[in-house]
Amino acid sequence: MNGRSLNLLGLAVVAVVGLTFMFLTPRVVDLDTVLELTVYMIMAILALSLALVWGYGGILCFGQSAFFGLGAYTYAIAMFNMGESTLPVLVAIILPAAFAALLGYFMFYGRISDVYLGVITLTVTLILFNSVNSTAGPEFHIGAARLGGFNGIPGIPPLNWPFNKKAAIDLEAMFYLSTGSLLLTYFGLRLLLASQFGHIIVGIRENERRAELLGYDPRVYKLATFTIGGALAGFAGCLFANWGAFVSPTIFGLAQSAQIIIWVIVGGRGTLIGPVIGCIGIQWLSALLGANQPSGSDLWSKIFANAPLILGVILIAFVLLVPKGLVPTAADIAAFFLRRRRREQRGFEPQQAE
Amino acid sequence: MSISRRTFLQSGAAIAAAGAISSPAFAADEIKVASIHDLSGGLDIYGKPMVDALTLAVEEANAAGGLLGRQIKLISYDPQSNMQLYTQFAQQAALKDKVAVVHGGITSASREVIRPVLDRFKTLYFYNTQYEGGVCDRDQFDTGVTPAQTVEKLVPYAMKKWGKKVYVIAADYNYGQITSQWVKKYALENGGEVASIDFFPLDVTNFGSTISKIQAAKPDFVWSALVGGAHISFYRQWAAAGMRKTIPMASTTFAVGNEHIVLSPEECNGMLICYNYFQDLKNPVNQAFVASFHKRFGADYPNITELAMGTYQGFRLWAEGVKKAGSIDRMKVIEALETGISIDAPSGKVTIDPPTHHCILDVHIAEVNNKKLNVLEDFPQQKPADTAAVCNLIKNPNDNQQYVIKI
Amino acid sequence: MDLVVLLAIQVLYAVASLALISVGLAIIFGMMRVINLAHGEFLMLGGYAAIVATSHGISIWVSMLVVAPIVVGVIGIVVERTIIRFLYGRMIDTMLATWGLSLFLVGLTTAIFGNTTVGISAPLGSFEIGAYRTSAYTLFVIGIAVVVLGAIFAGLRWTRVGLIARGTMQNANMAAALGVNPPRVYAITFGIGAALSGLAGAVLAPVSGVFPTIGVAYIAKAFITVIGGGAAILSGTVSASALFGTINQIATFVTTPVFGEVALLGAAIILIRLLPQGITGRFFRRGL
Repeated sequence: MNGRSLNLLGLAVVAVVGLTFMFLTPRVVDLDTVLELTVYMIMAILALSLALVWGYGGILCFGQSAFFGLGAYTYAIAMFNMGESTLPVLVAIILPAAFAALLGYFMFYGRISDVYLGVITLTVTLILFNSVNSTAGPEFHIGAARLGGFNGIPGIPPLNWPFNKKAAIDLEAMFYLSTGSLLLTYFGLRLLLASQFGHIIVGIRENERRAELLGYDPRVYKLATFTIGGALAGFAGCLFANWGAFVSPTIFGLAQSAQIIIWVIVGGRGTLIGPVIGCIGIQWLSALLGANQPSGSDLWSKIFANAPLILGVILIAFVLLVPKGLVPTAADIAAFFLRRRRREQRGFEPQQAE
Repeated sequence: MSISRRTFLQSGAAIAAAGAISSPAFAADEIKVASIHDLSGGLDIYGKPMVDALTLAVEEANAAGGLLGRQIKLISYDPQSNMQLYTQFAQQAALKDKVAVVHGGITSASREVIRPVLDRFKTLYFYNTQYEGGVCDRDQFDTGVTPAQTVEKLVPYAMKKWGKKVYVIAADYNYGQITSQWVKKYALENGGEVASIDFFPLDVTNFGSTISKIQAAKPDFVWSALVGGAHISFYRQWAAAGMRKTIPMASTTFAVGNEHIVLSPEECNGMLICYNYFQDLKNPVNQAFVASFHKRFGADYPNITELAMGTYQGFRLWAEGVKKAGSIDRMKVIEALETGISIDAPSGKVTIDPPTHHCILDVHIAEVNNKKLNVLEDFPQQKPADTAAVCNLIKNPNDNQQYVIKI
Repeated sequence: MDLVVLLAIQVLYAVASLALISVGLAIIFGMMRVINLAHGEFLMLGGYAAIVATSHGISIWVSMLVVAPIVVGVIGIVVERTIIRFLYGRMIDTMLATWGLSLFLVGLTTAIFGNTTVGISAPLGSFEIGAYRTSAYTLFVIGIAVVVLGAIFAGLRWTRVGLIARGTMQNANMAAALGVNPPRVYAITFGIGAALSGLAGAVLAPVSGVFPTIGVAYIAKAFITVIGGGAAILSGTVSASALFGTINQIATFVTTPVFGEVALLGAAIILIRLLPQGITGRFFRRGL
């Protein structure tokens, strides 16, 4: 078996497991878990968008939540104005992508790099947060949709089957849509990264000057990567607005931005599956820590029912003990054991002293 | 066979990600009640006393034999001031725990997030925080005060005491927006004028230029509808600029987050506030309540807040509804509550108003004095007139929205 | 006329408070390229230290200017020895670790102090400028900022410790070859940066109050100011705070605090676009 067919085997396994998960889960688990899993799938798409932009593209984007939020708000506003969901979904993907293209042009053609990129993207998402947060008055509306300021936009109508205004998709269908989109995004990105484009952006990440000297314009490739990431994040935002039927300005905030970065770091930069796992893991952990609060106020419960404290300790331990991220470390451990077993199989014995 | 690292990454991780999530089993005979209040993040100053009051209410009920002969179990969720978690926990409470009632939501934003979820999954919802009024939903009961109950009384009182020109500063979200409109209405109705209405998002801490603007406008008093920890800095900066002695203040949000304890007396003495409940109310029910609250949570508990009492009263009302209906079935309890159930609460008599699902309650005007709240005047049994103007659930039982009341 | 004076004081105050909250982060980032996302929490801890000290009877000035920096400085050194030390050169990992640290500190403070904390009120009273009253404490904050920045300048320029710090910052290996112990320098530097953040938090506590989540309000602005300033610690912080603080305050005065924030953020974007290495990448390049 050579490397290429092993790679295809791996992809096939993911496909099989993913599809099984997608079709089996609604039949096996209760509705509440299906709803919970739906939002995890949606956030995983967001994690993948940053995995592409940062993990493979090397662009430290501290403001991926800007595109996420723009997608959610665009969907909500378009939906209130149009009433039928096909066009709003398209707009919710195109608008963040266009914004990403604009911002990317501003940044990459200005030769801005690493930590300065982080600052500009963070600043952009904070500007959006501050602006949208102060739109609470009734004078702030786009067509029929009030922006609502801090309260956000509640009661967003759900998606409907294309061009059929009356047939809203139900909760189970929402799950299929989210999981299906996640799988499509994953395989789409795999395809992209296996293509020449993918190799070039990794090359640019590794050494921009060398790529440039080889004849590739890094600004164009970075811009393209950033735009694709923005479109994916916007799509995730659109799905998110559907799942919760609400959107509020905190979606643009620092906490949401940092969350996405944390998912990618915890899962492992430079992989696609890693951020998906990191995202689902941390989300699930936050929900677990928030649920089942004990009634007392004693010190024990103050510490163990204290979500920020526990999460903080876990993250710090993570960085110190598992610095490469979950998936690369797991792969390293597996490779270590496999190498050992292979050595034993070949009968490798250390030389005995005579 | 050698497995490449990449293959392992893909397959092994995918399998791990598809792992099942186990669901815990609950004791069969308990009645489950859910609490969804922020215990961390920025809103925890409001949430913690509410959950404490709810805990005490549940323990009292259990000690008296439970409800319908069954013990009550309180399941408490902390959404960490995160709207996504509010949605998730509401779904979990309704679908997985299948609770009989949810008491939760602090800001109007969080309420509007969980209300449709609980409606959809047919779970009874009590919203116990004071708010801007207008929610019309048969599945929900609101036990907090609304502007027609408090603002309507405080504005003329303040105008009579201090003068006719008011400057309004409010938190920039729908509670602040709507309350400021009510202040304007009652000010104009009583022959006054509003110098200006300024809005501030919840995270603003820099009020220097605002204070200058207020000084330039020379109002007779300032009305504050500021909310949250960051806005406390306004009161500090105001006192630091020496404005305490020159321009007085009134508010329907101050003290809800124990601002009168956080700030020093020089920073807030003399402020007028108006609420349903004050810890110092002198009636036997309240004195017994405060005694048992302090016994449970310590005599050094900072203050039993208005929102905590709202939650306590909400639970008591629900319990009465269950007793009258003889069951925890949602529709039966709603119908029982709609007969106009009332309880003798520590704040006075509290009755459910059937057409609006809001409450008729006593309100009192008090003054901040040396970290205490001294009651000055009482207004018994105020009706929720603002919501009643737009909402009648007896005529339209399928109504399901929040009206923005036209002023 | 008095309005102009009032505005001038407010602008100076905005610049001073921005400089104070940023200088600790500037030292840590400028020296060690560590992105300390727990910086806001150091400010918060400084505020709490001042409050606890004051409530135990220590004079407010001593608790703000002595107790708070010492307490947070010690915490900083502990953090450096236990967490940051392992992560030098790994900027991304320090981001994750300090983010975890910030969550931890917020949770810990909430557990210890609860949600309702008594604050300290601003001393020094108020004074009048024509028809306007303003707080005298703002003048104190401006004064403290000048003193602190001056002390850092003097320390870096004229003391041996400052020389060692600058040398290690420019070339750690060379400094080590000359007999300096870089890990010890890093620990002390992190401690000093934390102490300065604690001082800033304590000084601002009477104005903006202290509660566990107040760090969030500071971290973004401090981060943006430090990066906008560029590589040089002092001149970068001063120039960036001057620029952003002025724009922020004037915009706030003309419109609303929200628009003031947006103006600051917008100015930051334009600045970095025009000067991709920050202000001191182009101007004051030889500065400290």
